[in-house]
Amino acid sequence: MSLSPDQVRAVAQLARLDVSDADLARYAGEMSTILELIDRLGSVATDDVVPMAHPLDIVQRLRPDAVTEDNDRDNLQSVAPATEQGCYLVPRVID
Amino acid sequence: MSQSIHEMTAAQLLQALSDRSLSAPEVTSHFLQRIASLDTALNCFTTICEEQATAAAVAAQNGLTDGQLAALAGLPLAHKDIFCTKGVRTACGSKMLDSFVSPYDATLVSRLKAAGTVMLGKTNMDEFAMGSSNETSYYGPVRNPWNTGFVPGGSSGGSAAAVAAGLAPVATGTDTGGSIRQPAALCGITGIKPTYGRVSRYGMIAFASSLDQAGVFARTAEDAALVLREMSGFDERDSTSADQAVPDFQAALTGDIRGLRIGLPAEYLSDGLDPGMKAAFDAAVDLLATQGAEPVPVSLPHTELAVPTYYVVAPAEASSNLSRFDGVRYGHRCDDPRDLQDLYTRSRGEGFGREVQRRIMIGTYALSSGYYDAYYLKAQKVRRLIADDFRKVFDQVDVILSPTTQGPAFPLGDKMDDPVAMYLNDIYTIPANLAGLPGISVPCGFSEGLPLGMQCIGPWFEEGRILNLAHAWQQVSDWHLRRPEGYA
Repeated sequence: MSLSPDQVRAVAQLARLDVSDADLARYAGEMSTILELIDRLGSVATDDVVPMAHPLDIVQRLRPDAVTEDNDRDNLQSVAPATEQGCYLVPRVID
Repeated sequence: MSQSIHEMTAAQLLQALSDRSLSAPEVTSHFLQRIASLDTALNCFTTICEEQATAAAVAAQNGLTDGQLAALAGLPLAHKDIFCTKGVRTACGSKMLDSFVSPYDATLVSRLKAAGTVMLGKTNMDEFAMGSSNETSYYGPVRNPWNTGFVPGGSSGGSAAAVAAGLAPVATGTDTGGSIRQPAALCGITGIKPTYGRVSRYGMIAFASSLDQAGVFARTAEDAALVLREMSGFDERDSTSADQAVPDFQAALTGDIRGLRIGLPAEYLSDGLDPGMKAAFDAAVDLLATQGAEPVPVSLPHTELAVPTYYVVAPAEASSNLSRFDGVRYGHRCDDPRDLQDLYTRSRGEGFGREVQRRIMIGTYALSSGYYDAYYLKAQKVRRLIADDFRKVFDQVDVILSPTTQGPAFPLGDKMDDPVAMYLNDIYTIPANLAGLPGISVPCGFSEGLPLGMQCIGPWFEEGRILNLAHAWQQVSDWHLRRPEGYA
């Protein structure tokens, strides 16, 4: 499996990454060699194998539906690039 | 005092602190001075916490004087910069988080703080823990104290090199595909990755959540046991934390390995092994056998598929985890965004380095519509085959022993243009992550003046057993006592 620069451009768009045209070609080459490595997985039959999502095969733990955390907004927003009156600021979305 | 402070093990330091032959401020200031004079050449630290460490050492000394019994009172350590530390920059080796000062502590950090440790600083690492050489860090590569033209391994390269150079007696790390065991091997120290779920992931910046596990670097297995016990245990803030009792790992260190069945996997001992590595490993097995261990040839037939499996699972999880860096809530934000889309793409394009971008894109591709079954689902199935290999082998043997890497450290820059060659570095360490097993690397020799390590993998939650094998090995060998020239 090899990727073209145009395919990399589409993937970069999905991943929300701004990649320059010069980098697209380089990434295409590198990612193609990685996909060649990954293609080795095709050599083993796995029809009857159950996918393994978690190393310990545990189930998701549940907790009582009760409030356990205090509001810590000011502390957590202290690391945001831009806030105002407790809200995160972003460029205008709706004109 | 005949022995210099940085030559002492953590166990010796704790003894000296407890019997008052050393004070906590004295110990901390010794390590801070070493960092100030030696780290310019190594680049192990991205943040040095001189003020906080000095204050914490005074507090620890007050506790010691009052007879308080915190297990690690006054012991200095370094934290990998992947762990969130309240009020201290947590950059994760990335421009994305260059100015991020965490508003809270990771569970591992708060537990080790409660145990009385003193944080000297935060250590350099591959960006978001993605790398095997520490060369993907935004802060420049860490250099191997055994030869500064060589890599220290990665991704926890700063922690490994700091302990090897005597800049800290112990340090924390994380291991997603070998990021503790591989740098421990290449720097000639001891490093343990416990069972998946043993140490809380809360506050540890996520790379691949089904693989990430925190652990510790030390000079000896005994030191690793002491620190590991304090950082382990169930945490309700980590949904995959294992609800398992934490044994006294130090009590497991009997040094008795008589009758211990040691599996030697054929697939780890074939092509590509450095001749020096092979000779050192064979000699180690012979020596362990004279101590009563029983070597048993075993097979892990799906080993060669571990690296390809990992390079689907890890990037897929990374692409999802790293989507949180959006330039809105924390982290780098581009200047003058035109619109929301531009804010996302330029903030991420500027904030992430090449290796991270490449892995995000591989993961995004593998999870995208039409490719999910062929890549992600397939990899999850092969992952089970790899875990089942281990399950079967642990019916026959108590532990598995192998080289940690194929050979010693490589020169800086040697593999940066060939991602696949870099990825294959972790061929012996990745399988234990896929299966969630505990593994420890200990020094076992030298090749061309650079240290070599061997790895012991145990069954799930049997950290005590692999620590004991490492301890027994360190009673009959002296590789772990060697120090790099200039750092003795």
